[in-house]
Amino acid sequence: MASKAIVGQKVGMTQIWDEENRVVPVTVVRVDPCRIVQIKTPERDGYSALQVTFGRRAASKLTRPEAGHFEHAGVEPGVRLVELRLDDIDGYSVGDELNAESFAEIATVDVTAVSKGKGFQGGMKRHNFKGQGAAHGNHRSHRAPGSVGACATPARVFRGTRMAGHMGATTVTTLNLRVVRADAKQGILLVKGAVPGPNGGLVLVRNAVKAK
Amino acid sequence: MKTTDLIDKANLRDDVPVFAPGDTVKVHVRVVEGNRERVQIFQGVVIRRQGSGIAECYTVRKVSFGVGVERTFPVHSPITAKIELVTRGDVRRAKLYYLRDRVGKAAKIREKR
Repeated sequence: MASKAIVGQKVGMTQIWDEENRVVPVTVVRVDPCRIVQIKTPERDGYSALQVTFGRRAASKLTRPEAGHFEHAGVEPGVRLVELRLDDIDGYSVGDELNAESFAEIATVDVTAVSKGKGFQGGMKRHNFKGQGAAHGNHRSHRAPGSVGACATPARVFRGTRMAGHMGATTVTTLNLRVVRADAKQGILLVKGAVPGPNGGLVLVRNAVKAK
Repeated sequence: MKTTDLIDKANLRDDVPVFAPGDTVKVHVRVVEGNRERVQIFQGVVIRRQGSGIAECYTVRKVSFGVGVERTFPVHSPITAKIELVTRGDVRRAKLYYLRDRVGKAAKIREKR
């Protein structure tokens, strides 16, 4: 599992030039300093993670339990509480700040986010089914999935058979994205390539767990 | 304002002249050969401009030894040392793809005056 992680906001995509003047498509991730609110340990919680918050929230917008939780940690209340699963939580303590700087020496990262919701979609878009022919006597069945099973044996449709349904809005992780720039002063992380989710969406960045 | 402007601003060039499709330009292209760098000039007619912001591109067409050659450059690319405007062309459309089907005098563009 990961040893470093941080919360960010997907700003959008753009391009920059590398030292050989080639275009590099990059996703801009805004990384505000994250404050550690709670440390989850295997002994107490069954797993290890850092609970962090970022941004600012007025005291009047907090519920009593939230206010108590922040007060107990001695941390200024933030916009949200997010958990970062790490396998090594030594060296972190409550109240510490995480920022983009720690990603400066990391070559590749994994980015997790909730993908864009696509609504109810047919088999062609959802599972890359081929559809059916446009001609050869086909009638009103151009995008239909075709057969979903056999006849009297098994006399039912197998579970998990791919069909039309709700698509997107699931947690997606893109592995091994190259870190192009990590700027703690601007609070910006540039990663090469696309990142799941809409612009403005919350993303979790961690060092690549399957790095080559 | 786009949200990624903060990153783009640093890479935008401010030495790009105003030019449009139909104009003839000299593009000074940096060519790296081994560890030596020299400048090559690509002169031709701008047949399109496409995109916006940092990603904006333009295509230059010239006829070299009877063969049409088109090269597309990003406007803000660091490989162009300089863009020189030679003549302004008088054209009525934004994309001059019709030039591809024309040769010789028919492919000439009137100069704007």
